[in-house]
Amino acid sequence: MVRVGLLLVCLWSLCVGPAHTQGFAGLGTSADGFAAPTPDPVFVFPADHGPHPAYRIEWWYLTAVLEGEDGTPYGVQWTLFRNALEPHDGEGWQTPQLWMGHAGLTTPETHYADERLARGGVGVAGVEAAPFSAFIDEWSLESAPERLSEGEDALSALNVRARGDAFAYALELNATGPLVFHGADGFSVKSAEGQASYYYSQPFYEVEGVLELPSGPVTVSGQAWLDREYSSQPLSENQLGWDWVSLHLDSGAKLMGFQLRQTDGEVYTSASWITEQGVLTAFEDGALTMTALETARVAGRAVPVRWRVQLPARDLDVEVEAINAQSWMDTRFAYWEGPVRIRGSHGGRGYLEMTGYETDASSETAAP
Amino acid sequence: MIGTALATLVSHWRRKPGQLATLVIGLSLATALWTSVQAINAEARASYDQASAALGGGSVISLTAPEGRIHRSVWAQLRRDGWDASPRIEGELVLADTVFALIGVEPLSASTSQAMVGGGEGVGPAFLTAPGVLLAAPETVEGLAAHQADLPPVQASAQLPRGQVLTDIATAARLLDRGDQIDQIVINPDAREGLTPLAVLAPQLDRVETTDTGEVSRLTGSFHLNLSAFGFLSFAVGLFIVYAAVGLAFEQRRSTLRTLRALGTPVRVIVASLLIEAFAFALVAGAVGVLLGYGVASALLPDVAATLRGLYGASVSGELSVRPDWWLSGFAIAILGALGATAQSVRRAATMPLLASGQMRAWALASTRRYLLQAGIALALFALAALIPQLASGVLAGFALLASLLLGAAIGLPALLAGVLNIATRLVRGAVAEWFLADTRQQLPGLSMALMALMLALAANIGVGTMVSSFRLTFEGWLDQRLAAELYVTTRDDAQSDAVRDFLEARADAVLPIWSADSDIAGQPGEVFGVVDHATYRENWPLITARPDAWDQIAAGEGVLVNEQSWRRAGLALGEPVSLGEGATLPLVGVYSDYGNPNAQAILGLDGLVDRYAGTVSRLRYGVRVDPDEAQALTEALRAQFDLPADGVIDQASVKAFSLSVFERTFAVTGALNVLTLSVAAFAMFASLTTLASMRLPQLAPVWALGLTAAHLARLELLRAGVLAVLTWLAALPVGLVLAWALLAVVNVEAFGWRLPLHLFPMDWLRLAALAILAALIAALLPARALVRKPPREFLQIFAQER
Repeated sequence: MVRVGLLLVCLWSLCVGPAHTQGFAGLGTSADGFAAPTPDPVFVFPADHGPHPAYRIEWWYLTAVLEGEDGTPYGVQWTLFRNALEPHDGEGWQTPQLWMGHAGLTTPETHYADERLARGGVGVAGVEAAPFSAFIDEWSLESAPERLSEGEDALSALNVRARGDAFAYALELNATGPLVFHGADGFSVKSAEGQASYYYSQPFYEVEGVLELPSGPVTVSGQAWLDREYSSQPLSENQLGWDWVSLHLDSGAKLMGFQLRQTDGEVYTSASWITEQGVLTAFEDGALTMTALETARVAGRAVPVRWRVQLPARDLDVEVEAINAQSWMDTRFAYWEGPVRIRGSHGGRGYLEMTGYETDASSETAAP
Repeated sequence: MIGTALATLVSHWRRKPGQLATLVIGLSLATALWTSVQAINAEARASYDQASAALGGGSVISLTAPEGRIHRSVWAQLRRDGWDASPRIEGELVLADTVFALIGVEPLSASTSQAMVGGGEGVGPAFLTAPGVLLAAPETVEGLAAHQADLPPVQASAQLPRGQVLTDIATAARLLDRGDQIDQIVINPDAREGLTPLAVLAPQLDRVETTDTGEVSRLTGSFHLNLSAFGFLSFAVGLFIVYAAVGLAFEQRRSTLRTLRALGTPVRVIVASLLIEAFAFALVAGAVGVLLGYGVASALLPDVAATLRGLYGASVSGELSVRPDWWLSGFAIAILGALGATAQSVRRAATMPLLASGQMRAWALASTRRYLLQAGIALALFALAALIPQLASGVLAGFALLASLLLGAAIGLPALLAGVLNIATRLVRGAVAEWFLADTRQQLPGLSMALMALMLALAANIGVGTMVSSFRLTFEGWLDQRLAAELYVTTRDDAQSDAVRDFLEARADAVLPIWSADSDIAGQPGEVFGVVDHATYRENWPLITARPDAWDQIAAGEGVLVNEQSWRRAGLALGEPVSLGEGATLPLVGVYSDYGNPNAQAILGLDGLVDRYAGTVSRLRYGVRVDPDEAQALTEALRAQFDLPADGVIDQASVKAFSLSVFERTFAVTGALNVLTLSVAAFAMFASLTTLASMRLPQLAPVWALGLTAAHLARLELLRAGVLAVLTWLAALPVGLVLAWALLAVVNVEAFGWRLPLHLFPMDWLRLAALAILAALIAALLPARALVRKPPREFLQIFAQER
């Protein structure tokens, strides 16, 4: 009985396992039968905070840059991924909707990570739009109605909690600004061929809470950023992975920027400049440049941990450096995700995510 | 200076490449056998550790509902509370006239551990989405094939038992029309800390905790000790070769050593050179041996894995990985072996008088005193072997007994052979015959190491072979007795149990309840069974010792039977009261053999069991006596009528076939190691004969000069090898039998708690004798051929140069 269970552990990785040839985590494969994002979306809230089963992939992605009372920087990640095997929902066991949770906690010395897998439809994992609740096992990202004022967006007051073998966290998030919509009103183009996703964020959270570390509890405060994105094929076949940043600048402005790395060595870039008041300006391919300045050996591969990020249109020229170079998410789909500090034309803190840096050999061993 | 000394000493090997090869091959073979056994053991242990880590410390909690089914929201809530829990559906897939056990699992929650044991089969997303995929053993796939049209696609999986079909829980729920109901929740109890207790979260569910890993490691522990002992024996045999080669090399380099000393080389430089040389050999041979051992272990591991899986349910990966613990131990033993073999040479080199004769001697002259000393040591070791069972107990003591027995036999062998040859010399008449015997005696010291190795290999072969065959004979007979009922039925709960019993009463010749309760038996934790008064027990049950009226007393509730292991552990006598927990006792009326069970067990009358253990009796199992021809039909009728668990009905024939196949595989490894050890011994013989041949010319030349042709001499050489092999085999026979006895009556009792009767298999011995003679003749063939082809000039030169 037990061996049968172990035999099946490998199933997940076979279902949606690391893609060796077609982009990161199978995101470059074709999307037959799934709905494709189209321009000029009309979002309806709170319904669109919930899942969209007709689209293949979707995520609720929270990153928080935090500081302890002694000034020590910390980073926290909480993510729920939805992955549909077929473009529809289903009753009970029969649903083709699978869920994966990732939690990370970064200190200057250590990076903790854990993950959870579950199928939808049976109450173990899922997202409900109203009242907002995203959950997998005992991890949750839920609205706090007692802190919401009348007419405020459902995501404006949230509680988040997760735990792994050696860490846990519980944070309160309160938004001080509105939702912002990337690209053309939330239609975010991801390649020259037109691959796109629906993408909006809540980047204005003020955070307070407690981290549980092996050394004991740590009271923290800081800022957080929630990304909502769904699509069926966000990567082009010739794209290998991406480098993505979300920056909280000391001026109060925010920057979201990414570059998608192509097999021919070229990149496709995109950026969103968000003012303190929540006005977003989208910049198309080429406006943003990201230059790797320094790499580190991370989990047996070279990963850039210091970047030069330039957006001349907003006089931004900063160096973004990892607080902990070893912020490796050693999960079924492994990637780098951790807090960064910002220096240069602007100061501040932010989060950096990098995917697709594994070599063929290492991605083989990364698969369970 | 040490460089010069070393170069001088090493130049010897350039002149004698054959001797060099012998030394390296011997040490390599010894290391290889040792390493392969260590590699197998290390791999198996790593697999257990991995498995027990994946299971969370080796225990699993399963939750079931007393009323039968559980709503899946109970499982979902456990997960939402942080428990590492997975749901399971069990049911029957009834297809026309055949019934398959269907198991539905939820792969995403089956284990959050990333540990993989064994190879996984590729299933893909199809497994999780409608229509799903069914996994089954290849034989079962064929059975399902007839119904393919109505079923999801079927895929073969070698990891599943026959008759079982595994699928995703969604597919199982659909095929069995279960809706939201599940049968079982399996929980990894050690996964996370600080969770709300299960008793609070799911008070309505029954909770069963299985901790089988401890038992597995205890049982497999003796299996591995067995293998280790074998590995060590092989190494000892190999070491004899090395010892012989090193000793010979020393004798041949006597003149070189004397010259070096005479030229002023200090003793310590010579000693250091010898040690460096030995160390270098150890490194080279160790590397070769570790590589060879890896090959042997890779070849044997699938068998071992099958054995451990079948015998103990322990899962071991069939693939060998390179682990530092075994290859380091391989090198260590090679170095230890080389240094050990060199020790005597070094000592002699250090104490050699400066002006000692540079003349090569037959490197250990035969002397009566030496033989007496050896015989004395041998007798002392035999006495020690006889004493050990009285002084200590445990598996280790058992192996200590074997070690002293084998060592004593090996050391005593030359003395014994010399004695036999002495007597023979007095009995024969004729010059050639007398010379032949005297010359054989003269050669004994040079050959004794090889003969000891041969004897050890033969004795191990006889001993282990006898043990295995005795075990097989006993085991088969025992299975026939013990598995007297045609069918064994397990029901889900008491209500179903009663219904099944009524159903069977009307259709079978007899229904024998196999009800049980957990209880202390004579102070050991175990299980008590209740039986009805039936001829099946009276005629078949395998009793070792019993009162004549044992079954009457059991039926009357006035006595108890216990299994052999609890009888031995508690040291009970017939008629003595046996405590059965909570102060109750019954007199012991008999003892039965119970192979394969590590725990205590007792049998009472059924009424007595129900009275004594009213609240805790499990009343779920039955043995069914029925005409064997009707067993299949009854099985199908049972499955059609009742919703029995997956392995609810088992027929006698398949249990027997399975048990015997497990048994055969268990000893396949032993057989392979036996053959390898024998080959090493044959090589030792060959090495000794080849090196002796070059030294013996001075002894042969006079005989040749007296008129015996070289061909005649060569025939005598072959005859000598044959005679020595036969004598060695004769000496090995009693040693092997004592070895078998020790394994069956001492080691088995200590390791498992049961003693097996010794059966003799003379045909096997004769086959072994033929093998030994063949090995000896092959070993002697090359030196004999060289003798025939030797030009007369070389015989003549002996007189010119040496005498």
